[in-house]
Amino acid sequence: MSRIQQLFAEKKQQVLNVYCTAGYPELNSTVTVMKALQDAGANLIELGMPYSDPLADGPVIQASSSRALTNGMTLATLFTQLKDFRKTIRVPVILMGYMNPILQYGFEKFCADAAAVGVDGLILPDLPEFEFETEYGAIIRKYGLDFIFLVTPETSEERVRKLDELSSGFLYAVSSSATTGKEKDFSAVELYLQRLQSMQLRNPVLVGFGIKDKETFQSACKYANGAIIGTAYIKMLENATDIETATRQFLGEVLN
Amino acid sequence: MTATKTYQQPNEQGYYGQFGGAYIPEMLHRNVEELKARYLDIMYEPSFQKEFRLLLKDYVGRPTPLFLAERLSKEFNSSIYLKREDLCHTGAHKINNTIGQILLARKLGKTRIIAETGAGQHGVATATVCALKGMECIVYMGEKDIERQAPNVARMKMLGAKVVPATSGSKTLKDATNEAIRDWINNPADTHYIIGSVVGPHPYPDMVARFQSVISEETRWQLQEKTGNELPTHVVACVGGGSNAAGAFYHFLDELSVQLVAVEAAGYGVNTGMSAATTQLGKPGILHGSKSLVMQTADGQVVEPHSISAGLDYPGVGPLHAHLFASGRGTFLSATDEEALQAAFHVSKTEGIIPALETAHAFAVLGKLKLKPTDRVVLCLSGRGDKDLATYMNAM
Ligand SMILES: Cc1ncc(COP(=O)(O)O)c(C=O)c1O
Repeated sequence: MSRIQQLFAEKKQQVLNVYCTAGYPELNSTVTVMKALQDAGANLIELGMPYSDPLADGPVIQASSSRALTNGMTLATLFTQLKDFRKTIRVPVILMGYMNPILQYGFEKFCADAAAVGVDGLILPDLPEFEFETEYGAIIRKYGLDFIFLVTPETSEERVRKLDELSSGFLYAVSSSATTGKEKDFSAVELYLQRLQSMQLRNPVLVGFGIKDKETFQSACKYANGAIIGTAYIKMLENATDIETATRQFLGEVLN
Repeated sequence: MTATKTYQQPNEQGYYGQFGGAYIPEMLHRNVEELKARYLDIMYEPSFQKEFRLLLKDYVGRPTPLFLAERLSKEFNSSIYLKREDLCHTGAHKINNTIGQILLARKLGKTRIIAETGAGQHGVATATVCALKGMECIVYMGEKDIERQAPNVARMKMLGAKVVPATSGSKTLKDATNEAIRDWINNPADTHYIIGSVVGPHPYPDMVARFQSVISEETRWQLQEKTGNELPTHVVACVGGGSNAAGAFYHFLDELSVQLVAVEAAGYGVNTGMSAATTQLGKPGILHGSKSLVMQTADGQVVEPHSISAGLDYPGVGPLHAHLFASGRGTFLSATDEEALQAAFHVSKTEGIIPALETAHAFAVLGKLKLKPTDRVVLCLSGRGDKDLATYMNAM
């Protein structure tokens, strides 16, 4: 059983996944931020690998990516930073990023290195399911990594079932067809989440995009196993003087 | 690997050889699938073709002339024919594609149009067809390009389009494309994205190539009429994303006797770090939804190219062209900023035609082709130079 599957076996509700960008706010703050998230109550960490052209992200996360790249972040540096992170971090960690830098690094080497340092899964929004099935999925599985597909309110039931079949760990339910950071009236999303819930999917479902505080987190948790906070946390980090204190306070307000 | 019988069409998944595909986030899946499922049926419906052809004729001004440039022919010791896309309404080939896509968007029931633009030519061509059809138009344009292409920004506004500056990243065409794709992700139901070149996820490269293929369709019969032979020996075109080249090559792609010459922008020089010669400098990668050659750092971050011409200032190239390059079917040359400027002045004085800076790159390689008296060269004169007057005035 993977670390992610273990988590959902033990905790079926109110699972909080928080996104952070590797190399942000400082080049060497990656593990500090992850540790702060774990200590403040995050159950899962989604670690973004910065890219110059992050299509599926909104302006806040893109700005954090640009900053991380300016700070000198690369995939090679990231794996060096993550070399010993399992000594301090127990929660599952997922790498989120785009195909191009990974292809340059070497897809198989990337999977091997990710698995070797103790990463648990991948979210690659621009890896389509056809290429996953014909080429990359086998490599990902060979290294025991979970792979998480996205579904949206526009995704047909048939396709949701197919992506659920291909995913392991959990399924990422985008709460509206929107790039990260876009705010939507949350009640409009509830019908869609109810529909997903009624489908009795294989994988647990986490809701992402637009989750920013206790209220939106709780609404998402009504129909799913948990939710993902990204933009709101990155925005908060931008002005934080002390990462630990700021993270504790931010997650405290979401969870309590 | 699937054997490619033709260079014209990609396979079912949108691959030309190893390049192409649709590397898009799930949020775009439905729109791109719908397009993929319907574009060919819609495009080849008789009623669609009828309207498309009529607009090309009466609105765009097609067929565009194929002009034997006598003084250039003499200079280069061969026959040089200019395919006059500069005479299209709005001054470049870009409108062939936007006419096709606006009709398609209406068949798909879309009411809102978005586009990206670099030099502003595609933005103007999109704003134009939106005005023609009474549709809302939003054009994303890099903040830097807005500064260097002020007349085209004014034209788009006058045509009723909203020009939105792309302020992220390098603030040029690449970032404008990112912003347009984001807009599409955020507005999937009512919006159609009119991509300006043979780039983007499948089926865009194929769809845009088909709309632009009217260039070589006309060239074939025009050349037949003029010379008794429908095949040229060379077709020369500049390549940014590659749409005018795709259109000029299209009906000659499988005529292996025809040498296809693609001309990229070398900027200060291919190896100066200030260049946009993607096939020379790029590595296989994924940009804007397809796998192609991409200019990037060793760790896969897309780099900012340089060209004096905003329309060629793009770090990628359409997957068709990446395949023509990798397979050896195409000949890829480049011209520097300086060579392009010289060619622009030279062609203006020699033929009385002021070409766009993009097109000037194509003219700049004529001397490198080692032409013979029996050679019949077709050069795609993709656009006129009005938009580049500020640059030309600086160089005088
Ligand atoms: C006149 C002209 N030629 C060529 C190009 C380059 O585009 P493509 O390579 O798609 O033809 C542009 C782009 O703006 C243009 O305006």
